[in-house]
Amino acid sequence: MIKLDQVSLAYAGRTGPVLALDGTSLSVGTGEFAAVVGPSGCGKSTLMKLVTGLIKPTSGTVSVDGAQVSGPVKIAGMAFQNANLLPWRTVTDNILLPLEIVEPYRGQFRAKKDEYRARVENLLSIVGLQGFGDRFPWELSGGMQQRASLCRSLIHEPKLLMLDEPFAALDAFTREELWCVLRDVWQRLNFTVILVTHDLREAVFLADTIHVMSARPGRIIDTRKVDFARPRELDVCYEPAFTDLVHVLRNKIAEVRKA
Amino acid sequence: MSKTFEKLAPWLFVVVLFAVWEAACRLLAVPTVILPAPSVIFGAFQRFWGPIVSNSFVTLWTTMAGFGLSVAFGLFLGLVVGWSRAIYRGFYPVMIGFNSIPKVAVVPILVMWFGIGEVPAILTAFLISFFPIVVNVATGLATIEPEMEDVLRALGASKLDVMRKVGIPRSMPYFFGSLKVAITLAFVGTVVSETVAANSGIGFLMSQAGANFQMPLVFAGLIALAFEGIIMYAATAWLEQRMTGWAFRSQGSAAN
Ligand SMILES: Nc1ncnc2c1ncn2[C@@H]1O[C@H](COP(=O)(O)OP(=O)(O)OP(=O)(O)O)[C@@H](O)[C@H]1O
Ligand SMILES: [Mg+2]
Repeated sequence: MIKLDQVSLAYAGRTGPVLALDGTSLSVGTGEFAAVVGPSGCGKSTLMKLVTGLIKPTSGTVSVDGAQVSGPVKIAGMAFQNANLLPWRTVTDNILLPLEIVEPYRGQFRAKKDEYRARVENLLSIVGLQGFGDRFPWELSGGMQQRASLCRSLIHEPKLLMLDEPFAALDAFTREELWCVLRDVWQRLNFTVILVTHDLREAVFLADTIHVMSARPGRIIDTRKVDFARPRELDVCYEPAFTDLVHVLRNKIAEVRKA
Repeated sequence: MSKTFEKLAPWLFVVVLFAVWEAACRLLAVPTVILPAPSVIFGAFQRFWGPIVSNSFVTLWTTMAGFGLSVAFGLFLGLVVGWSRAIYRGFYPVMIGFNSIPKVAVVPILVMWFGIGEVPAILTAFLISFFPIVVNVATGLATIEPEMEDVLRALGASKLDVMRKVGIPRSMPYFFGSLKVAITLAFVGTVVSETVAANSGIGFLMSQAGANFQMPLVFAGLIALAFEGIIMYAATAWLEQRMTGWAFRSQGSAAN
């Protein structure tokens, strides 16, 4: 589904070019849940922008779905650490936003609005926000906003979901609750996910594969398969194999931070 | 008690001001040509009611015409300038340069071009008031959160989509906020131009009355101006509240 081949990216920084990624290669299969971990500033967000075609690589190639990426991919749902909901729209209207952009929904938006609203209501109940559709974002807590943001990234049933530290600003309980929400939605709809996170337990709990990046300029230095049986319950986090893997990843990142 | 007092306070203050003014004029026997007492000004209002009303009307419509032009033009230019960061950066210094010209200095030129009358007043009002609208709209557009833009562009949104869905709604509070400033400036522009080169309007009335040493009429004109200014300001402030309530509500409204 996603293939990065020897991708480098240099930003035109204020004091000369900043090399964010250098010779990064990565591949993610269709329907795979991939996580990317690495020290801060190593180019994880940059990687996300490359995959979605928001920026072009300085060298190397990025391809999604067999086609080389040369502009925004148009199929991706995205969610970030900040929920980024529009304050003048209700929660429902915020979640409907992608349908106003993406074809074929866009052309039918007026005609099928009721059907789409029902879809939003359904998603809201999956993430535990039923009945909040008519509220405005500022009437919601941070965790609730993040749930709404997740709904927005899923409403058009994207083939590719890009998550950049989506749960980083939440408390531990809400975070674990949303892990399960994400796990369930993913298992039902089976899209491809790339999740950037600093939380190693999150990566191990959710992902099929974990890619570890080096310090800037970023490269993938290690790829680990996670083969705990699915569906995974939160209990898996307390198994020795789980904690061992978290420790291995932790040491890796500590290593590259020093280097 | 304190709530009603707060509501009445401005009126009370005005009444007290006029009372003190009246008393001072009487006690100190200030000549009317220096500072007429409110009662004398009120007399002038009664005597010249017709001309005051008709000239107020001229000032009102020229201000509104200039303001209307600056809203249309300011909104348009603001959208153009805010469209891309490159235009924003390139245009901003030019705009600042233009804005630092005292517009009053342009009035004689406008008179040369368009003759004495309402046209220079409308154009002065326009020139003096469109700048804050441009700057506010452009700033609203140029400060879209990059992540929001990423979300939309990854869905295949065009620049126009991003502007329609996010940029324009987002810049509306900035736009309506700038209207309060713009209407005040437009009013100043109109009156200045009327004072220098017109044959109607409150500005003209006041300069004529001044030339004839009719101080009570000058002050009556001044009070008419204050009244008109307050009305126009209140109207735009009300409009701002109506149109962009979400911007006020979203910034913490624990009190209500
Ligand atoms: N627009 C930009 N211009 C110049 N340099 C940039 C720009 N964006 C990012 N960088 C640099 O590129 C490097 C990678 O940035 P990126 O945002 O991808 O890091 P990250 O891995 O997401 O970090 P974090 O984990 O803190 O979110 C950083 O060192 C940053 O300084
Ligand atoms: Mg980042």
